[in-house]
Amino acid sequence: MEEDIILKVEGISKFFDGIKALEDVSFHVKKGEILGIIGPNGSGKTTLINIITGFLKPDKGKVFFKGKEITGMKPYKIADLGIVRSFQSVKPIYHIPAYKNVIIPLCSKRIKRLKGGKYGRRDEVAIDILEEVGFERDSKIPYKNTDELTHGYLKRLELARCIALQPEILILDEILSGMSDAEVSSTVPIIEGLNRRSVTVIMIEHRIRELFQIADRIIVLSFGKKIAEGHPKQIIRNKEVKRVYLGA
Amino acid sequence: MEYRIERIDRGIKARCEDIYALLSLKEIAYLVFPRFFPVFAILIIPLLRSVIGEYWEKVFFLTCNLAILSISLELLLSIGLISLGQALFFGAGAYFSAIFNNYMHLPVALSIIAASVCGGIFCSILIFPASRLRGIYFTIITLCLPLFLFRIIEVTKILGGTQGISLSPIGNYYLEMYIPSVFMLTFLFGIRRLMGTDCGIIIRAIKDNEFSVMASGINVYAYKFAVILISATIGSFSGAYTAHFYQFVGMSVFSLDYSIIPLTCVLLGGSSTFGGSVLGAFLIVPVSEALRIFGTLRIVIYSAFLILVLLLLPEGIFHYIQRKYHKIERWKRI
Repeated sequence: MEEDIILKVEGISKFFDGIKALEDVSFHVKKGEILGIIGPNGSGKTTLINIITGFLKPDKGKVFFKGKEITGMKPYKIADLGIVRSFQSVKPIYHIPAYKNVIIPLCSKRIKRLKGGKYGRRDEVAIDILEEVGFERDSKIPYKNTDELTHGYLKRLELARCIALQPEILILDEILSGMSDAEVSSTVPIIEGLNRRSVTVIMIEHRIRELFQIADRIIVLSFGKKIAEGHPKQIIRNKEVKRVYLGA
Repeated sequence: MEYRIERIDRGIKARCEDIYALLSLKEIAYLVFPRFFPVFAILIIPLLRSVIGEYWEKVFFLTCNLAILSISLELLLSIGLISLGQALFFGAGAYFSAIFNNYMHLPVALSIIAASVCGGIFCSILIFPASRLRGIYFTIITLCLPLFLFRIIEVTKILGGTQGISLSPIGNYYLEMYIPSVFMLTFLFGIRRLMGTDCGIIIRAIKDNEFSVMASGINVYAYKFAVILISATIGSFSGAYTAHFYQFVGMSVFSLDYSIIPLTCVLLGGSSTFGGSVLGAFLIVPVSEALRIFGTLRIVIYSAFLILVLLLLPEGIFHYIQRKYHKIERWKRI
């Protein structure tokens, strides 16, 4: 049972100038599952992700990856281990073609190691990955400058950047928000497909319906505290969750 | 037979910016001319010694050196570090060459090479800790460092104090002219090449979004250090060479001029292409010298010129020329 737990978060607390952002949050993630994190705005979801991925240091608490402590490690070292995150506000690298954005993770040490010391033909690999997230290979879209792409494509470009790093744990911070319904229904299968290839997924999402369909487990945060955890069906019935989040 | 107008640029581009499909000699000429012509012009100037005279030789030398400093500044800008401390690189190179040549009696060539390397390492160690600061805070530190060294030399009277140190001359006219110009071109095309590779994409990405690059598992600090090291080495080379050219090093090598003029060159020429900063240097320095005939009015005219150019062409002269060049059209048979 213990070996199944790939990521463990223990008693994380974080204060910003005395304001409590997270208070004693603990949870674990099992290998190969899809974990959803929901909560109202300002409940500390992104702060939690920032702490797990090393962009912030917690005031209290520890993060373990495969039993080893990773609290306070540099973000690029955590990404190197295979914990890869997307960003809520997409800021691609402007004035270069979209596929060149995907080249950046392909230059990392992690990919060099996984490919056995060879980086391979990065342009080709980058376009393969973009095709996987729905950039039509034979169209001009992968070659377009990022400033010409629509928001939905930018979000999927961010997903492509994460996939390129061959993650073990993929943390998606509101990847579906701002996408059209058609884009959402084409992106959700991509995430499920990754999950079938044994990628553990943590999703922060406001699109409750899509999240509850694919998630194995849900954690609910409110004002920095974990107020509920369980199967989506249990969460829907939970009265406190309804009160703070679903607004009933 | 019907014809239509087509931009040559559109006709030869395949898919994206840097892939071309060339079908004729004319198209090759269209592509090669803007790269070849400036190189040719710069290499021919030193041969026209009898035409340009000794005064303009010195101006040419100074221009090449400031162009090298501008390239070094633009490299820092391209990773998102706005530096006002090119004088630090310049001064460090100059003083290191004085140490190697005057105190340790190394020959000129060795002294320049050693001073470039040592100056590069010395400046990187000084500046790198500040590279974690963002934007204006980094700028302030780089502005302070040369002034700090300036005062240290003045107060402690080390390295010749206010008297300065003399160095041995380079000696040969062609070496004096060609080394800075050839090195300037090498740095220019070398760094342009670097920025075109995947490594260059990462450097530009760090400027745009450092966090995203970090989340992609790339050690941004290593990249920043490498860029600072290259930039400082290039800047120190310029200082070391100038010191031998004038056979003298004084505290003035740390003066603000060597920080501000390269910045003006980059702004005037247009950033992110490196060609722009060289073009900027080749405009500013000769114009500033030519205006000397106006005496005291020189600075007024010079400033008005700068303001006008920056108002009319805020993107930089290089980008303006580039855009116009891309607009050249030809008749195409349908």
